[in-house]
Amino acid sequence: MKAYLTRRYMISASHRLHSDEFSPEKNDEIFGKCNNPHGHGHNYMVEVTVSGQVDARTGMVCNLVDLDRVVAKEIVERYDHQNLNMLPEFERNVPTTENLCIAVYDILEQGIRFAHLDKVRIEETMMNSFEYAG
Amino acid sequence: MGTVYLTRKAEFAASHYYHSPDLSAEENLKLFGKCNNPNGHGHNYTLEVTVKGAVDATSGFVVDLRQLKEIMNREVLEAMDHRFLNKEVPEFESLIPTTENIAIAAWQRLEPKLTAAQLHRVRVYETPDLFVDFYGEA
Repeated sequence: MKAYLTRRYMISASHRLHSDEFSPEKNDEIFGKCNNPHGHGHNYMVEVTVSGQVDARTGMVCNLVDLDRVVAKEIVERYDHQNLNMLPEFERNVPTTENLCIAVYDILEQGIRFAHLDKVRIEETMMNSFEYAG
Repeated sequence: MGTVYLTRKAEFAASHYYHSPDLSAEENLKLFGKCNNPNGHGHNYTLEVTVKGAVDATSGFVVDLRQLKEIMNREVLEAMDHRFLNKEVPEFESLIPTTENIAIAAWQRLEPKLTAAQLHRVRVYETPDLFVDFYGEA
């Protein structure tokens, strides 16, 4: 039987929303206080959902140890306590949570071999969240 | 009128451990780690039951919440709350009481009893950072 397993991880990071394609006035108009040149930070809650058949022998969709290992190595190590704007994936892309969601999904899709990656959902604050399912 | 989804939560506290009789003691420990402790350990589980249906024109309800609460209490909570799942819940005599299998067992207990609305999803939280969804898919 098919089930969906979701695990939540926290990363703390800073970012600044800014596009070189816009004038300073346009950046300010679109990104508002998120355009502050010094950046600001969030505690991001990253929810990773994997799906698959529940293994008859283990009772699991996948071993949590494997999922935790991949997310710790590929996501938490990469993003936790970093300035997102300094990372190569955000050299040209604005590090909005939309783009962070896509980046996390793309990395995990390569790294998770033991189950199907169903969805990545990121809460930037308690008030807003973003989902990407490929 | 379209379909509306209604979710009700309940909490239960239970103990369990993970062990497969098909594996050796060493393999069990390697696969399940500290969850393999035969004396068990516990969680505060949250059960979320989502039903769906059209909104009744007279009552304005998808389902009578009292009925849903009673069915959840009778079928799932009375069986699992403050129990050692491996020893006291029949499904887990032959199945490992992982969160996946608890969600499936809850679905199988609830689905035949819910006549007023259609069961859409069972979600079981083992901790706030880990949950499983089951939609009755094969």
